[in-house]
Amino acid sequence: MRWRPLKNRDSDLERELRSDLELEEEEQRENGAGEAESGYAALRAFGNPALIREQTRAVWSWNWPESLARDLRFSLRTLRRTPGFTVITILVMALGIGANVALFTVVRGVLLRPLPFQDPDRLTMLYEWGRQGNNAAAYNMVSGGMYAEWKQQNQTFYSLALARTIRVGLSGSGRQLPEKLKSGEISWDLLPTLGVQPALGRNFAQADDSPAANGTVILSWGLWKRRFGGDRAILNQTIYLDAQPYTVIGIMPAWFDFPGPATQLWTPAYHEMTVEEMKSYSQHMFRVVGRLKSGVSAEQGVADLSLISRRIHDAHRSDPFVFRNASGRPLLDHIVGDIKQPLYVLLEATCCLLLIACLNVANLLVARAAARRKELAIRTALGGGWLRLMRERLMESVLLTAAGGALGLLLAAAALEWLEHTRADMSRVESIHIDGVVAAFTVGVIVVCALFSGLIAAFSASDKRVLSALHESSRSMSGGQGRAALRKGLLMLEVGLTVVLLVGAGLLLKSCERLRSNDMGCSTEGVLTMHLGLPDARYAKGAPRANFFDTLLERVRALPGVDAAGFVTVPPGQGYWNDWGFTIVEHPSLAQGKGLGAINRWADPKYFRAMGIPILRGRTFNVSKRLDAANEAVISESFADQYFPGEDPIGKHLNVQLGPRIEVVGIAGDTRYAIGEKAAPMMYFPLDAGVETVGTLVIRSRHGVEQFALPVQRIVAQMDSDLPVSDVLTMNQLLGKQTFDQSFNATLLTGFATLSLLLAAVGLFGVMSYIAAQRTTEIGIRIALGAKREHVMRKMLMDGMGPAVLGLVVGLAASVEAGRLMRDLLYEIKPLDPAVFAAVATTLLAVAALACFVPAWRASRLDPMQALRTE
Amino acid sequence: MAKEAKERVGLLQGTLDMLILRTLLYGAAHGHQIGKHIQKTTNEFLQMQHGSLYPALHRLEERGWVSAKWEMAPDKNREFKYYRLTDKGRKQLLVEESQWKQMAEAVARVMWPAAEES
Repeated sequence: MRWRPLKNRDSDLERELRSDLELEEEEQRENGAGEAESGYAALRAFGNPALIREQTRAVWSWNWPESLARDLRFSLRTLRRTPGFTVITILVMALGIGANVALFTVVRGVLLRPLPFQDPDRLTMLYEWGRQGNNAAAYNMVSGGMYAEWKQQNQTFYSLALARTIRVGLSGSGRQLPEKLKSGEISWDLLPTLGVQPALGRNFAQADDSPAANGTVILSWGLWKRRFGGDRAILNQTIYLDAQPYTVIGIMPAWFDFPGPATQLWTPAYHEMTVEEMKSYSQHMFRVVGRLKSGVSAEQGVADLSLISRRIHDAHRSDPFVFRNASGRPLLDHIVGDIKQPLYVLLEATCCLLLIACLNVANLLVARAAARRKELAIRTALGGGWLRLMRERLMESVLLTAAGGALGLLLAAAALEWLEHTRADMSRVESIHIDGVVAAFTVGVIVVCALFSGLIAAFSASDKRVLSALHESSRSMSGGQGRAALRKGLLMLEVGLTVVLLVGAGLLLKSCERLRSNDMGCSTEGVLTMHLGLPDARYAKGAPRANFFDTLLERVRALPGVDAAGFVTVPPGQGYWNDWGFTIVEHPSLAQGKGLGAINRWADPKYFRAMGIPILRGRTFNVSKRLDAANEAVISESFADQYFPGEDPIGKHLNVQLGPRIEVVGIAGDTRYAIGEKAAPMMYFPLDAGVETVGTLVIRSRHGVEQFALPVQRIVAQMDSDLPVSDVLTMNQLLGKQTFDQSFNATLLTGFATLSLLLAAVGLFGVMSYIAAQRTTEIGIRIALGAKREHVMRKMLMDGMGPAVLGLVVGLAASVEAGRLMRDLLYEIKPLDPAVFAAVATTLLAVAALACFVPAWRASRLDPMQALRTE
Repeated sequence: MAKEAKERVGLLQGTLDMLILRTLLYGAAHGHQIGKHIQKTTNEFLQMQHGSLYPALHRLEERGWVSAKWEMAPDKNREFKYYRLTDKGRKQLLVEESQWKQMAEAVARVMWPAAEES
């Protein structure tokens, strides 16, 4: 309020003091003091005018903004005088703060923000305790039959709903092409269970959710906007999914994507599935989400369901795939389960980076404080208050971090923008955005960083021994040892943190490398894949399906340049998908409740050749055995090892869903169903049986296989213009998608590590240069007295390498702990991988040596005369 | 000098405001006059540099207890900053006076209880 006329008040005070002092002087003179003496006498009676002015100013309210503004101006001026230092520091801070803010935003959006459902705490994801191989798997899918029993008999859930994700073909209309979309098949009560309403139209009614009902569909906001121009008239219109008519009844709000990211539409599950499928206890196909009754804990709920499962299991002992227990976890954990740990590891990494940035800034500020030691000593001698000087130092670091933070926020915004584009597949990516909390977090980080780096520097400068400082700096002898020790300490910390980051990045990179070099058991070069599926409704079981694939493959193989082509339901590395239980006809029957299981795939006879999977024994399917006559199977090597130990599987028979006597005709090489997973027993059945409709077309060529993408799609369009083809990718790209997560994390962490290495090197270089400059005179004298230059250099190098080596030791020790934290992210390597540790140590020492070498070399080249004269 | 200084005492915290207000009760005065007056009336007992008046004067002005104005001095051909008691200042003086009185009485009762009885 009274801030503006401060200038006036200042001059007013000045005038007042002057006039009164003059009066005093006159009076002293009248009392008989001499001309010269009267001035002193007046001052004695009056006091120190400068001090009085200070004290009076301090009385004025709104005094502090003024002095703050003065400090601000002063700091700005000093910073402007050293633009190099200022720019580097701000950039360092911006990177550190930017990375932190970005990651915090992601963690907050994905992990911390509650799900946008009603009372999300009471939502639980439910599974069956299944088995995979011989191991129990906690989060197995739930069978339709079990779901129905749970729903009917449970006492603990307000409601239970099911969902699964599939892909459906949306027919082309007008000028729009047919396309494959991710679709959620959900029970009618899923949306009420979650507490969500469609943005437009209505939810499924219970009547819609039955095989007899007409098809109904709810569209996602995105699909509605993109494909139907956001036109409300689409409600109650008919669209075609896999060639079946569906009435659009609703549009979901834009944020809704349950059960998985990029779900584009929803259809009622009971309408889609057959009655048998929904009654089966052994076909596990669904995710189940439950809303607990109030006052019931999740454990109680799961125990309740387990009891029901146990009863069903006991009643169906003959079927080994009826599971006996339920399991559950919070819905949020289910949704973010895969990304939780990598995110926390990355967040820790950015915290390390920020700490390094702060240490670096502190280091630079300490160096500046040291350079200005004389100035500060003089100011202290002249009566500059300790607090004032301290505040001034802090002001500098506040300015630097604030500028860095502002820039960092921009960087973070850009990084998040980029993330949303590249990682659209990430769960909850839509809930990531910068908001008030993030802004507050940024301010908090800025304040903490400013205090941290500023206080270190401020305390280093608040030397009370003014006189010694004046002596030291006036005599330019080697001094400031204490300060150099502080800087070395900071440096050691910095190096230690860098080592931790480097080791983390090294471990991730190496496991990523391991993953990529995984032998998939098939050829990955020169193979093109594309996903397509026939609408079940238009292609009846049997001949229509088999004929379509036969014709398609025939035409593709006829393309000049195509070496081989085949079709398989799921190519290697694309997931587990499906397994079947079976028995071996020639073996004695198993004890009740025991069952054999293996992954099942459907392929055409030439798939193995197209994919480069060797037939180790026997042969592939007989081309002439089609449809009901197709009674052959090819098994994988590990299948033979596991289920036919010490005997010849060829000619034996399997009893499976396809038929009671399916003959094993060949053994194919093992392939991995997922990168990073061991090969599991797998059995192939002939596509020509005409059962399966969805899968991947595989084309192989020696020269530029990508060129066949268009011709093949044209063939498909000619055969059925309403058939969407998707995921046209080479095998390498297809596999690359699976390792994307891993390499994404590894790349980010490597970026952080490189940055911190650079920062540490800069810090080391700065400290060494500073020490060298401090000791110029000493070195000059040494050289003048005959010290060898190599000797000087060695000594300087040792000086600099000391903190680096110490930091390395500390860092390596800390890395052991850090490695343990990220054990789950590693593939096939131990957290204590000696190669990584050795590589990190070597790199760090090399960089440190380089950073120290330049100042040391410069010191050893000193001209003694020059050095002595600089005094 | 040293002896003299020993005999003086420092000003009690918070009493300076009251002394200034009381001085201004006689009429407007500038800083120098106020200082001189206080020193003279206490027979130079109070150890006080004139300078220490100014923070106090400005504080009183901040609080609105005195008002200040540059005016010509009647005897000299020169402007001085004259301070005047405001109505608020007058009330404040009464408050401080009574507080001081209570305080002095309380202290006296503790220090010289016999004197009180007799």
